[in-house]
Amino acid sequence: MAEKKLKPEELAGSIDYKPKQKDWLDPSVEFKHGVFNYGGSPKSVEYLQQPNPRKWQPTDPDWQLPENWKQIILEGLKDRLDRFRSLRIFMDICVRCGACADKCHFFIGSGDPKNMPVLRAELLRSIYRNDFTLAGKLFGKFSGSRELTIDVLKEWFYYFFQCTQCRRCSVFCPYGIDTAEITLLVRELLNLVGVNIDWIITPVANSFRTGNHLGIQPHGFKDSIDFAVDELESITGVRVEAPINKKGAEILFITPSADYFGTPHYYTLLGYLALFHEIGLDYTWSSYASEGGNFGSFVSHDLMKSLNAKMYAEAKRLGVKWIIGGECGHMWRVVHQYMDTLNGPADFLEVPVSPITGTRFENTKSTKMVHICEFTADLIKNNKIKLDKSRNDHRSITYHDPCNIARGLGLIEEPRYLIKNSCNNFFEMPDNTIKEQTFCCGSGAGLGTDENLEMRMRGGLPRANAVKYVKEKYGVNFLGCICAIDKATLPPLMDYWVGGVDVGGVHELVGNALIMKGEKERTTDLRGEPLAGDEKQNV
Amino acid sequence: MEHWSLAKKGTLINVLFSLSAVFILIAGAIVGVDLIKFNFLFGVIIPYTAITIFILGIILQVIKWAKSPVPFHIPTVAGQQKSLPWIKSSKLESPSSTLGVIGRMLLEILFFRSLFRNTKSELKNGPRLVYGSNKYLWLGALVFHWSILVIFLRHFRFFMQPIPSFVLALQNLDGFFQIGLPVLYISDVLITLALLYLIFRRVADLKIRYISLASDYFPLFLILSIAVTGILMRYFDRVDIVKVKELAIGIFSFHPTVPDGIGVLFYIHLFLVCTLITYFPFSKLLHMPGIFLTPTRNLANNSRMVRHINPWNRPVRVHTYEEYEDEFRDKMKASGLPVEKE
Ligand code: HEM
Ligand code: SF4
Ligand code: SF4
Repeated sequence: MAEKKLKPEELAGSIDYKPKQKDWLDPSVEFKHGVFNYGGSPKSVEYLQQPNPRKWQPTDPDWQLPENWKQIILEGLKDRLDRFRSLRIFMDICVRCGACADKCHFFIGSGDPKNMPVLRAELLRSIYRNDFTLAGKLFGKFSGSRELTIDVLKEWFYYFFQCTQCRRCSVFCPYGIDTAEITLLVRELLNLVGVNIDWIITPVANSFRTGNHLGIQPHGFKDSIDFAVDELESITGVRVEAPINKKGAEILFITPSADYFGTPHYYTLLGYLALFHEIGLDYTWSSYASEGGNFGSFVSHDLMKSLNAKMYAEAKRLGVKWIIGGECGHMWRVVHQYMDTLNGPADFLEVPVSPITGTRFENTKSTKMVHICEFTADLIKNNKIKLDKSRNDHRSITYHDPCNIARGLGLIEEPRYLIKNSCNNFFEMPDNTIKEQTFCCGSGAGLGTDENLEMRMRGGLPRANAVKYVKEKYGVNFLGCICAIDKATLPPLMDYWVGGVDVGGVHELVGNALIMKGEKERTTDLRGEPLAGDEKQNV
Repeated sequence: MEHWSLAKKGTLINVLFSLSAVFILIAGAIVGVDLIKFNFLFGVIIPYTAITIFILGIILQVIKWAKSPVPFHIPTVAGQQKSLPWIKSSKLESPSSTLGVIGRMLLEILFFRSLFRNTKSELKNGPRLVYGSNKYLWLGALVFHWSILVIFLRHFRFFMQPIPSFVLALQNLDGFFQIGLPVLYISDVLITLALLYLIFRRVADLKIRYISLASDYFPLFLILSIAVTGILMRYFDRVDIVKVKELAIGIFSFHPTVPDGIGVLFYIHLFLVCTLITYFPFSKLLHMPGIFLTPTRNLANNSRMVRHINPWNRPVRVHTYEEYEDEFRDKMKASGLPVEKE
């Protein structure tokens, strides 16, 4: 019974925003299939030299924790309180006003009160109060304190892996309390005793070893890039070059590995290849830094740093001047807000200047890494590429702001500028669901697994609902986004809640519209689907 | 259902606990002043102790916060970044300069900018999600806090001789409507209404009720009791202002005296205020100093322009290119990828 898949109506019918649970201080979780992720494989944990590798599952009664697990966690908490002002402040100043309560997509899609961001944080705060504050010691339960027990630990695992670190709550909180920060730190604590999930720790191990989270080895990487070059030729008639590990290139290009190994990411890759060829960019791919995404950022600051280190190291080895990064959400959160601090200063690179337009990207003058959307927007603004919008006429497009891009970078207008210059039919979703208020896909931060499908569909409900609205109102049939996790997880979400909406990258749309010198007459888009005019001819 | 009634019981206990705490405090003041005549204790010793705890407590807390560094540059961005010169950036929601950050913080502190965004999510049949605008919390919170500030500043007429002119001006403004005698202060009415609303919503909104602890009801009841005793003293059971002022000025000039003939109501009021400020540094009321230090709001979104330094940036294990090539060299060579070492 537990394994039964819920139909959309059943799922929606099960949501009730009135809490019916007993007092939240009593920890109680039930690991039902569909709403949690499997435990980390011992092989990956061991390879990364992380604590307590063992075979385990959250459903096991005994999690095989180290004897002194409680001491490890409390000391870990103390250590983090001393290292992160954010944590101290967030622990001390929440007034439980509840402004964040119904802003989390997991609460909206599940009605589980512990998915209200404030309670998610209280799960930790209750322990903090108990062990680190006077009020907790004096007033105990009345101050909302409780002791750290195995059940609390299990509850942490359950709820801190039901947060996609999307930061929507933080936008609404009067003090900017950022549950994403708290979630990352609790996941660090859990990791100290070997409690983590496989879809984070194994991709981290793969990225560490092979450079990308899928574990693709250099020859496999080269094969798939070569294959894309062939495919692009068959669609456009233009043969492009895609240099890999080329020393002395001007620019290093890094994008999430799904772009060359997953669909619909792949069509975005074709878009990049076409664009770089058309403007004659002197650039290189890297097989060593063949992953933009950083699964380390879902589990600990240290692993985030380990994986991120490859970007600057490779830029230095290859002797490039600066870096362009592809379409990805959390990769960009790391690049924008962490990379320079963690692995900088990048004093061996130059301040990025577009070789095509001469524009100096002042906003990246320290980090020296430019977002592909910034780069392309500048090309379009300076009339350096020609775009035929009608080649996207078979699409009615809406745009999903990836959480990290909107609330981490504030890169909001650039992708819209690209879409508006590549397409005729663009429609925005309602205001409360886009830009800084954008809703998560429901599968970010390592939660996009099959075993977690029900929770993903729940968490994705607000996003899906907004797409459904524009589908019904304007006939939208294409959901654009600039995030690799979105591209992987929005398609099943659309199928579940909406139907008839494709998902793809913004550079796929640019690639469709891009007029290339020497190209043959295009009859299909980069997916091989007929263009609008040709469709009519077929009728 | 059983759980549900348990939750209700939990709420009731929390409300009763904090309500009775306030009544016990009031009873304590009555017994202490009216029966035992510990006027010096309640009029001098307790106020000095409370002020000391308040000031030291806040200073120590802020030092504690400040001692933990801000390792990463993590502003929560809520608007367009500054990137290409022709794209209009949002100077307040995504500030890239210090001036912008100050503007953002002022909007938060003076007008509760983020709370103003508040919406209410509802799930209709379909399923269809709707997000209604919901500004009541913002309004209630703003009215409450501004009233506190006005009332606090008005109190300077008791602490200072001569009364500073800004206090007189504020007093006139606050009594603008000239209703009743003594003139009714608007802030007195507003703070009471706002507090009643804030208490009401904690109980009426089931989500908020569920997250509320005794320590959430307590400050509301406590501040309400301060407001009510204050209002009683002014409009109903008038105290001798001249004597109160003598006591207050005595405290602040470090020549404490306890004049006879001040009613017990005053001592209750004073004791409740002392409780509030003593409680302050150990509770969520720390949001007042805390809001200035919150790193998601007080940093500029210039992360790629200026390098942020982490004082403890610690070394980690990395997988170097050399190790990588050593493992995959043959495969790289076979597929024609360049290598460093043949
Ligand atoms: C810089 C000064 C301050 C700022 C910016 C500020 C801001 C806020 C905000 C945004 C809220 C959330 C909304 C709400 O629940 O009302 C709040 C709540 C609260 N504040 Fe303040 N505050 C400040 C000073 C104070 C002071 C001095 C006190 C009392 C002595 C106070 C007492 C409270 C209480 C009791 C609540 C909770 C209200 C409730 O439970 O509904 N605040 N504050
Ligand atoms: S909005 Fe902020 S202060 Fe209010 S309950 Fe949520 S985390 Fe706490
Ligand atoms: S960061 Fe996102 S997922 Fe996590 S609690 Fe906040 S709104 Fe929910």
